[in-house]
Amino acid sequence: MITMTKDTMQIVREQDVVPFRNRVRELSTKIGMSLVNQTKLITAASELVRNMLKYANGGKIILEIISKNGQTGVRLTFVDEGPGIENIPQAMQDGFSTGRSLGLGLPGAKRLVNEFDIKSKVGSGTTVTVTHWKNGR
Amino acid sequence: MNPTAQLLKKKKKAILENWMQNQLADESLREDLISNDDLRRQSEELLNGLLSAIEKGNFDDIYANEFEQVTDILSDISVTRARQGFTPCETTLYVLSLKIALTDVLEKERRDQPELLYKEVLQINRLLDSLSILTFETYLRGREEVILRQTDEINEISTPVIRVWDGILALPIIGTLDSSRTQVVMENLLQEIVNTGSSIAILDISGVPAVDSLVAQHLIKTVSATRLMGAECIISGIRAEIAQTIVHLGIDLSNVKTKATLASALLLAFNMLALEVKPKKTTVNTNRIIK
Repeated sequence: MITMTKDTMQIVREQDVVPFRNRVRELSTKIGMSLVNQTKLITAASELVRNMLKYANGGKIILEIISKNGQTGVRLTFVDEGPGIENIPQAMQDGFSTGRSLGLGLPGAKRLVNEFDIKSKVGSGTTVTVTHWKNGR
Repeated sequence: MNPTAQLLKKKKKAILENWMQNQLADESLREDLISNDDLRRQSEELLNGLLSAIEKGNFDDIYANEFEQVTDILSDISVTRARQGFTPCETTLYVLSLKIALTDVLEKERRDQPELLYKEVLQINRLLDSLSILTFETYLRGREEVILRQTDEINEISTPVIRVWDGILALPIIGTLDSSRTQVVMENLLQEIVNTGSSIAILDISGVPAVDSLVAQHLIKTVSATRLMGAECIISGIRAEIAQTIVHLGIDLSNVKTKATLASALLLAFNMLALEVKPKKTTVNTNRIIK
């Protein structure tokens, strides 16, 4: 796997969400992703960035265009230093939320993208990595 | 009078000439934005103000009373320059080029007193640095005001409630739906339902770039609140890609009436109110066909 471009965005306030989403849109347009796949990725990104703001007061996002086996895709890595998630399988269940929301953010984001990975350590933070390929497969 | 101030005052003409030359020789001189005469007038005014401000030997506190005139002129200059289209760099360089003119004169006059020269140059440096920071700050404040005004304007225009028919309200939502905007949208809508006695509200989300679970939650809340008021809510403007995303996310909108376009939502609303829209039969048209 090769990283073609890489940059980082800091998220500290709710106002940072829109520029971030636009940046994701830019990257996915650049590699020629279809509108449906763009929207899926952007929505997943939006869920994850909101989680980051709500539970960890923000964090850092690494945006990359990657290439693997002749496929191009966008990979987003959400790194926060928040309280961490105690029970990941529970957090990945539909309808589970500690914050009075619909509880669809994490499981929904997982369904929207091709690859999804979550690592968390209680007390030191959470890292979520999502990858979506150009053709959505 | 402070000896440095005295010397500078005596050499005012030379300083002004030197400064003007520096400015005119600079590549970044913007003759397209300000004429040379205006530039000279502006510069002379600022220099006069500065020289009388340092008369008492105050080189440090630019917020003291005697500097009021100078800071006023500078603020004025940076605000007008921001408006005229100067870059912040050009605006700050204007003040910094005065520093060069002042130190040049001091260098010539105090050639045989290096210690005094050093002290004086330091003083001038400090003073002019503070002044250029002030210029920059004012420039940014001018920009900030523009941004704040635009934010206000956007907030104001963002949520109109339109009465499309007797008993039917439409609410086009444009941009991102966050908690505070949902609050405004909901308040406006509920108030308008009371005011007009409408029984149907159409929420059009064609202009919402992404519908994630938070936006969906806000929409569901708005729909529930509308129902509590005894009105029915239709969500329109659901594009193909948004529909797919909502399904994947797992958001359940099955008990909300949704339509792809505002037109079909309006048609549904007409049906619900038992209204009919028919093409008009006109005699003019038939006449034309006969001819």
